[in-house]
Amino acid sequence: MLNYIKLILLGGVILFAAMAANWAHDIAYQVHALLIFVLGVAMFIWVLRHTDEPEAVPTDGPLGYMDGPVRLGVIATAFWGVVGFLVGTFIAFQLAFPALNFEWAQPFGNFGRLRPLHTSAVIFAFGGNGLIATSFYIVQRTSAQRLWGGNLAWFVFWGYNLFIVLAATGYLLGATQSKEYAEPEWYVDIWLTIVWVAYLAVFLGTILTRKERHIYVANWFFLSFIVTIAMLHLVNNLSIPVSIWGSKSVQVFSGVQDAMTQWWYGHNAVGFFLTAGFLGMMYYFVPKQAGRPVYSYKLSIIHFWALIFLYIWAGPHHLHYTALPDWASTLGMVFSIVLWMPSWGGMINGLMTLQGAWDKLRTDPIIRLMVASLAFYGMSTFEGPMMSIRAVNSLSHYTDWTIGHVHSGALGWNGMITFAALYFLTPKLWGREKMYSVSAINTHFWLATIGIVLYASSMWVSGIMEGLMWREVDAQGFLVNSFADTVTAKFPMNVVRGIGGILYLTGGLIMVWNMWMTIRGGSSVKVPVGVPAE
Amino acid sequence: MDEPRYDEATKTYTTGHSYDGIEELNTPLPRWWLWSLYMTIVWAVIYSIAYPAWPLVSSATAGFLGYSTRGEVAQEIARVEAANAELNTLLANIDLTVLKDNEPLHQFAVSAGASVFANNCSQCHGSGAAGAVGYPNLLDDDWLWGGDIDAIAVTVRHGIRNEQDEDARYSEMPAFGDILEAEEITSVVAYVQSLSGLDHNAELVAQGSELFADNCSACHGETGMGDRTQGAPNLTDSVWLYGGSDAVLTDTITNARFGVMPPWSPRLTDAQINAVSAYVHQKGGGE
Repeated sequence: MLNYIKLILLGGVILFAAMAANWAHDIAYQVHALLIFVLGVAMFIWVLRHTDEPEAVPTDGPLGYMDGPVRLGVIATAFWGVVGFLVGTFIAFQLAFPALNFEWAQPFGNFGRLRPLHTSAVIFAFGGNGLIATSFYIVQRTSAQRLWGGNLAWFVFWGYNLFIVLAATGYLLGATQSKEYAEPEWYVDIWLTIVWVAYLAVFLGTILTRKERHIYVANWFFLSFIVTIAMLHLVNNLSIPVSIWGSKSVQVFSGVQDAMTQWWYGHNAVGFFLTAGFLGMMYYFVPKQAGRPVYSYKLSIIHFWALIFLYIWAGPHHLHYTALPDWASTLGMVFSIVLWMPSWGGMINGLMTLQGAWDKLRTDPIIRLMVASLAFYGMSTFEGPMMSIRAVNSLSHYTDWTIGHVHSGALGWNGMITFAALYFLTPKLWGREKMYSVSAINTHFWLATIGIVLYASSMWVSGIMEGLMWREVDAQGFLVNSFADTVTAKFPMNVVRGIGGILYLTGGLIMVWNMWMTIRGGSSVKVPVGVPAE
Repeated sequence: MDEPRYDEATKTYTTGHSYDGIEELNTPLPRWWLWSLYMTIVWAVIYSIAYPAWPLVSSATAGFLGYSTRGEVAQEIARVEAANAELNTLLANIDLTVLKDNEPLHQFAVSAGASVFANNCSQCHGSGAAGAVGYPNLLDDDWLWGGDIDAIAVTVRHGIRNEQDEDARYSEMPAFGDILEAEEITSVVAYVQSLSGLDHNAELVAQGSELFADNCSACHGETGMGDRTQGAPNLTDSVWLYGGSDAVLTDTITNARFGVMPPWSPRLTDAQINAVSAYVHQKGGGE
């Protein structure tokens, strides 16, 4: 019966998509309509073939953990990671060598369209898939309960990745609402909302039916991440479509209200997506890999509540010295400063969990990735509050320093903790003893670390130089440099940044190879296995 | 729930929770962490009383330091303007031809002009003033409209071929594609190239020379030396605004050029216009 309803719904989707493709006002909308049309037809045929057929019995049984979406999520995370790093490295070289904005690739291959592709690929595709996969894995284990909602978890995985494809192709084809990290247009936003509600339902349903008495700390962070992102997404994307047959929409807010809403969203995307969500990851994988208890339960409670209470107010520090009133800018700044210790609570809890297991740092490159990740987390959560101080911001804002800050957090903290999680999960999910090559993990660790160091240090130098050049005045108060002078001066640092990107990308490729070999089976190190004498 | 367990490595008890084998230690909050948190909170309270911070019904608290970001900028601008007021007044009213005789004022004008140039002119003329295709090089002594300091100041103040300023320098070259045949244009190209010793088709020069005398010499002069009163370029030197190749010259003669420069009087003060004129004038080609 359910299949008949599905068929009717899919038929509606196919009809609508065909009409939309026919009447589309712009190429992005048309391509998306055709994509939905093809997907709709494929699903229609698939559902039709399974209608009135006997139900297949799930292989992992109704009581086992549901790891199918986690497995695909792990693969998607690695795939999108490499895509994101590749685009990032390419646009880094575009900044150094503008000729790489090839004439034949216009307008699709220019920096302006590839840049949101890069940020969305690493944050939402790599980070988002990593968060969904790990949260599904963790919430089942720490609640001793199978994922709630039957196949809803599959819908979350496929729906989220459809969102990513729509967003990415939309950028290349020129559909954007021009809000940083919220570029997708109205219909893609609506789709993400549906997927996100399903995600919340699966996660919350699992927690509510848990068999453990308490909710584990990792799940608090995941839940705050899911709920807050839903709120941010809805408010920042309030817009009115110009036509139901076109991608363009008009924002509901305008002027400084729009800017404030955007940076309330933008900063909390960092706070709840890239901080709270990944802390959830950290709180499971670090104690698991180290085999040690979490350092302090009390600290996890206090820093959790402090973090989520304070983060939400810190957005205005992105708008110092703008049309934003001074009072809002001050509040954003003081909340950012107070946020320093609550952020560090996560670092302390992660690092101190290794008490009694520090020796593993020498033998286990996964622990090494985790420690480096927490160190970068600590560094960027100190740098962030510092840069939010008005006087510091007057130097750092609009310069490469901001880019360096974001990347020491993204490449160091988010990237490395995700790599560690993937290395932890891959053997477990495919029933292997361990990763195919442990020394390749070590190589990945060093490539990534050196890559980040090159990236961050070149951007510090470049950003501070740029800031100083912009404000440089002679004895009589006249500006000394033109904007083009700063662009010329940044060239060597732009090249070093690109080289850092190449190293980081290479590390990612080594990881993909290592995962592939692990999943295919076997281990490169032939350990003699004791056979029980029977 | 399990009983709390004593952990040997850290000499601490666990809380007794266990999730998928993960336990939690009952460690108290690190003191240094807690006190740092308290300190940032105390600092935040003091700072938000000192500076504008708390929203009220229709305004916000101003803070006891009386600080505002706009006030800070206004103060700094006022300080610099006060310090330069005397020199700026002198500069705004000076006869530019004698500016060079007043050494300190000339120095001031050149450094002020460099800043004005970097922020307003460099987008077209380049940050080193070397120009680009269609945008004249200001370092050489080849001037379209005159290179003495007064002529430069008039160009800056009123601009060229714009619609905003009635006194803008104005001239318009006809598009000879409507007047001459294509092969005639080819021979004019050859003649023009011959004037500055570029490689050219020698067979066409004679015809080109006749056509030039009939069509071009009224503005560019009998000998092709140009005419500054109409901004007609000198065609005998090796300086080319758009280029001297066959293709570019054919394009220029067929379709004509109409380079525009905006008037700067709406944006710059008299002192700034004089300053940037002095800066450009001393670049090397000033007359």
